[in-house]
Amino acid sequence: MKKILFNLLACTLISQVLVAQDDVYPAKKQDAPIVIVNGTVHVGNGQVLSNTSVEIKDGKITNIGTDIAVPAGALKVDAKGKHVYPGLILSNTNLGLLEVPSVRATIDETEIGDYNPSIRSIVAYNTDSRVINTLKSTGITFANIVPQGGTISGSSSVAQLDAWNWEDAAYATDNAIHMNMPALYIRPNPYAGMMGRQMQQEDPIKKGLQEIEEIKKFFREAKAYGVQQQHESTNLKLQAVQGLFTKKQKLFIHCEVVREILAAIDFKKEFDFDVVLVGASESIQVAELLKQNSIPVVLNQMHALPTLADDGVDQPYSLPAQLQKAGVLFCINDEDGMQRGKNLPFQAGTAAAYGLTKEQALSSITLNAAKILGIDDKTGSIEKGKDANIVISNGDILDMRSNIINFVMIQGRIVNLTDKHKQLYERYKGKYGIN
Amino acid sequence: MRKICLAILLGCFQMTVFSQPTFPVNGVADERDVTYAFTHANIVKDPQTTIANASMLVMNGKIIAIGTTVNIPADAIIVDCTGKTIYPSFIDLYADYGITSAQPAGFGMGRGGGFGAAQLTSNQKGAFGWNQAIKADVNASALFNTDEAKAKALRESGFGAVLVHQRDGIARGTGTFVSLASVKENLAILKETASAHYSFSKGTSTQSYPSSMMGMIALLRQTYLDAKWYKNNADKEGVNLTLGAWNRAQALPQIFEANDKWNVLRADRIGDEFGVQYIIKTNGNEYQRVQEIAGTKATLIVPVNYPAAMDVEDPNDARFVSLSDMKHWELAPTNTAALDKAGISFCLTTADLRMPNIFLANVRKAIENGLSESKALEALTITPAKTIGVSEMVGSLETGKVANFIITTGNVFNEKTSILENWVQGNKYSIHAEKWVDIAGSYTLNIQSEKGNKSMQLSVKSAAAASIIGTDTIATKFSHDGKIVKISFSPDKRSRGGYRLSGLSNATGWNGYGEDAEGNKLTWTGTLQSVAAAIEVKADSTKRRGSGPLGKVTYPFTPFGWSDAPKQETVLFKNATVWTNEAEGKLENTDVLVKDGKIAQIGKGIPETGAVVIDATGKHLSPGIIDEHSHIAAASINEGGQSVTSEVRIADNLNPDDINIYRQLSGGVTSSHILHGSANTIGGQTQLIKLRWGASDDQLKFQGSDGFIKFALGENVKRASSSQGNTRFPDTRMGVEQVLTDAFTRAKDYEKAIAAASTVTTTNAKGKKTTTVADPYLTVRKDLELDALVEILNKKRFITCHSYVQSEINSAMKVGEKLGFRFNTFTHILEGYKVADKMKEHGANASTFSDWWNYKMEVLDAIPYNASIMTKVGLNVAINSDDAEMARRLNQEAAKSIKWGGLTEEESLKMVTLNPAKMLHVDNKVGSIKVGKDADLVLWSDSPVSIYAKSEKTMVDGIIYFDREKDAAMRKDQTRERNRLIQKMNGEKRAGGFMAPATPSYTTILNCGEHDHSHGILTIDQFQ
Repeated sequence: MKKILFNLLACTLISQVLVAQDDVYPAKKQDAPIVIVNGTVHVGNGQVLSNTSVEIKDGKITNIGTDIAVPAGALKVDAKGKHVYPGLILSNTNLGLLEVPSVRATIDETEIGDYNPSIRSIVAYNTDSRVINTLKSTGITFANIVPQGGTISGSSSVAQLDAWNWEDAAYATDNAIHMNMPALYIRPNPYAGMMGRQMQQEDPIKKGLQEIEEIKKFFREAKAYGVQQQHESTNLKLQAVQGLFTKKQKLFIHCEVVREILAAIDFKKEFDFDVVLVGASESIQVAELLKQNSIPVVLNQMHALPTLADDGVDQPYSLPAQLQKAGVLFCINDEDGMQRGKNLPFQAGTAAAYGLTKEQALSSITLNAAKILGIDDKTGSIEKGKDANIVISNGDILDMRSNIINFVMIQGRIVNLTDKHKQLYERYKGKYGIN
Repeated sequence: MRKICLAILLGCFQMTVFSQPTFPVNGVADERDVTYAFTHANIVKDPQTTIANASMLVMNGKIIAIGTTVNIPADAIIVDCTGKTIYPSFIDLYADYGITSAQPAGFGMGRGGGFGAAQLTSNQKGAFGWNQAIKADVNASALFNTDEAKAKALRESGFGAVLVHQRDGIARGTGTFVSLASVKENLAILKETASAHYSFSKGTSTQSYPSSMMGMIALLRQTYLDAKWYKNNADKEGVNLTLGAWNRAQALPQIFEANDKWNVLRADRIGDEFGVQYIIKTNGNEYQRVQEIAGTKATLIVPVNYPAAMDVEDPNDARFVSLSDMKHWELAPTNTAALDKAGISFCLTTADLRMPNIFLANVRKAIENGLSESKALEALTITPAKTIGVSEMVGSLETGKVANFIITTGNVFNEKTSILENWVQGNKYSIHAEKWVDIAGSYTLNIQSEKGNKSMQLSVKSAAAASIIGTDTIATKFSHDGKIVKISFSPDKRSRGGYRLSGLSNATGWNGYGEDAEGNKLTWTGTLQSVAAAIEVKADSTKRRGSGPLGKVTYPFTPFGWSDAPKQETVLFKNATVWTNEAEGKLENTDVLVKDGKIAQIGKGIPETGAVVIDATGKHLSPGIIDEHSHIAAASINEGGQSVTSEVRIADNLNPDDINIYRQLSGGVTSSHILHGSANTIGGQTQLIKLRWGASDDQLKFQGSDGFIKFALGENVKRASSSQGNTRFPDTRMGVEQVLTDAFTRAKDYEKAIAAASTVTTTNAKGKKTTTVADPYLTVRKDLELDALVEILNKKRFITCHSYVQSEINSAMKVGEKLGFRFNTFTHILEGYKVADKMKEHGANASTFSDWWNYKMEVLDAIPYNASIMTKVGLNVAINSDDAEMARRLNQEAAKSIKWGGLTEEESLKMVTLNPAKMLHVDNKVGSIKVGKDADLVLWSDSPVSIYAKSEKTMVDGIIYFDREKDAAMRKDQTRERNRLIQKMNGEKRAGGFMAPATPSYTTILNCGEHDHSHGILTIDQFQ
């Protein structure tokens, strides 16, 4: 029986930093059972199980309980005094599509054109992005890779964050089509300051409604196209959205204000799509309608300013608690371009400071995210039968003081937590002789 | 029976023709010296003096006599003004008249301060000054052309003379004072050079500098200095037409277009510095800061352009309209009354109005809202005349003055009053000729045709209504415009066709031509038989319309502004966990007493006498958070027009109305260091503020703190992300090093030159030398840019330097060490961990982000362990925000150093409290909880380094500016107030008032160009 202690893991880390990051390999497939023992297990569905062990075989969670024997040849991970969580899920990100926002050559997130449903993010997902490894340091194991721009941007796929290549990374492929709702409010003009005042726009709401009609026309034609098996002229765009009609795909509608949300609900009503709202900073205003129509929300950026000076100073922070109370399914995302997504648990933590319980906040970055992305059959919680996507933190994962992650498992593989940051840290600790 | 003076009402021809001796006459000379006598009038000579039944004589465009005992010459043309009132006609110092707007002098790219290609020099050809926005050489008199359409519109509102200038540039040259008569320009100009004009707008200038409010202020200040220096140093400068013109214009009334309450103060401060009292043109929001405005002692030129009600019927539209915009709609008409009450001298102007013809209606609205009529009249006549020194000419009705007056049917501010005529320079302009006589009365109509004569009685009710009185009363279609009379009617109720009469009105009645129902020609006359009983118009019938109580002015005029500002009190925090940041560390169950804005006592069981007691059991008390790097609360942040802009000062353009002040108080921030942006190597002077929500711009300043200045290195200053390429030196980090070296080398030479010029040594005939003290600036050009650098060399100003990569940090320090200055702080400093040892040796502090990285090339090696490494190497390290959102939870950012690098909780809290206080040289006042220090404190619901911590109370100088309970109450009040105003606007819509579409209230978030995240759907992120 092998026994791994955390200090041993730490030693492994130090030895690994001596090599360049290009040599940080994805972990090998699980070859022996692993039992994480005596941890406080946060299931992801609201439950907390103390002093509980989790057994993992062939990449799956095979048993959870207080009296699990560690089989011979199994690896025992002692989680006593530590917290065991499902791997965290970033639900809307350009990870792997964009490396350095200010360098054009490193940007692969927005294709030319308005209707690009056949564009697939996963084919451009760069598993060697320097950002990916840093995310694991706060407990993130999955990311929904989303193409940007246009009216229909294309399809997203969920990547697991320990992969050799994009095929390897693909955890759910083309799970959602992304649509940007035409703006149904007067948007600010970025040049207003320079020009001294707002430039007059033509009625943007009328224009937006016309564009929405166009989108509906597209989906009506796609539906008609799907009825026919054979086509004289093959249409890749219409073909690409057929999964929406069979519910193999969801329609993620990026929108913000009430009128746009109402228009999004229309898509559910007319086409019976599985509609998910992304952003929806004004969703609380029509929460009842969202609940009635079972439309969930991806809250894109918790760490944001209140919309209007009149809004409460804690407006974005308290929105999750309001949606929770209203019975709307939501998940919390982190799309911050400066911190590059790694503060996901702290975005949820802030929501907990402003009204969610800690376990609700955890669900918003684990199980609820999995539900919304359509991967909750495989992950999102620590439950028997699910993939072993597990993170162990020294303490509360939502609080930056105690989010100390030394163990991350994806599909049963114990992944290497070295990243560029840690390598540079070690290098300069060495230079100055500090600890 | 009233005498009808119809003769003079007919036509509107030029009765006074001044000849111009130098102009040849094409035809027969036509000189007339006609005298007009306006008799039996109620004459308002000036706002204080009204004389009844008086006469006024006018000849050659001047008033030659006025009073109750005027002898009417036999040859005078008499205008009987019985029942009429004569006022001096109005004067507008800011009219849009007679000057066409300026066109850009050439295509330039450098307007924006952002990443656009720069136009570094003026593209104005000729012997002018260096900056295209200083157009002191422009003379409005040379550009002036009369404009009949605009003159007519202004005359209809009662104006007779206006001051005009070319509205282009920061300095705009001189204005000319003109009448609104339709005469040759030579005669219309009443005072050729009447004023000098300035503004906070570059206008058509395409030159890069200045690109910001503070840059404009600096440019004006430097120009004052340059112009003074130029007087004695033309030999060094060469001919500079701009500075020459500037100097000549200084004796004139100086008018500054400020257009905002804070800009009024900004303009006035420039004036104070150079001994100039500006006359200031505003935009009508002065009521929001009336006490501060009164302090300027400036005479204001105030528009009456009230915002239109917004169509907020659709709740989705109403959602994004801010309370402040709705309140301003309600309170804008109270502006002038507030100015009056505060004893501020002001003139009224038609400027900024949607249409000039709503001017009088809007003045009436001001009167309904409390402005006195006499003050309104002063603001339209004598005040503007005195303000620009033309009161010997216009502004009141007195012998010798220009014959500019209006004849009205009564009190000019009464809604029912009409302006009948407007006389300008003795020329008559009819406005409502038809209303001169109340034509209501009974008339005899005589119709003559081949079919015989017919007589009937016509009862005229008004200029648009009359009926035939016979056996039946027959309604007619009637119109009388003062000249042409038209009547059509059917002779009896059964017939379909009818009479159509058209004629002219004259002194004795009407006569004309017409046709009957069958098309037979006829002629007709109408004779007045009896006048209808006159309806008395009360002298002051302007109603104070009751529309419910108005909202209150809050400080600031934003949501969450105070109507009753919180006060300094003696406060006792009982039983808190106190994070002292001092040797004693964290004290459990401890009391802290705050008195007179200071921390008075720390201990257990402090007696409660007289103090407001706050039970802090289970709560944490920490020093207020200090943000070393912030861009809130300023009107502009980046002056990117040049690579060295040490002359600009954030302090010149603080904006206390920024809602982010309040939001950051809610996150426990009590002091923020407002930095210039990072567009250039040597940026502007910074300002440390305390977040005193509701205070004025001056009161925001952290008193007694050292001056700082922002420098920047790397990608931003070399404009790496410019889409249009960069034309401004430097374009590389090599160049950045040279900009620094060059600037400080020049500063040293400058300092030497000043020292040399400060004494003059003369040798007398005997060879004896005498040294006397001299004003060095008589010969050395005082340079605001170099002054700031000299301050740095003399340790009177300190640098905080935006920086990322190790090479540039190292090079900057070497330049400093060589030239004798130090970098006080490296801010952002994401690669500080690579050169922490060198920084320590140099003596620099480090202020950094917790975990930003990989958003541009120079931050690829940024690591979240940076703060911890630098701390462990022994640097004083702070965590800064550079971001309005992040600043609200800077405690969380600091706490990340516990995760990244294992700092202790207390060490991490110090990085946003005591450490920044040290690097800002204010740790003797703030940064820790110590007796005697300022009571800048935060009461947290949890450990301040916990993600779950919320600020419950934030105190600055012992005043609780944020209180979560009070905040909740304010939100409720605000919801009520919003609803009241929405209902009121909807009422306006139902009443058929003019409505504007609902416009979302956007917020501009200024930043230094580091941003790749959104602040929300209503924000405009601006690297500007």
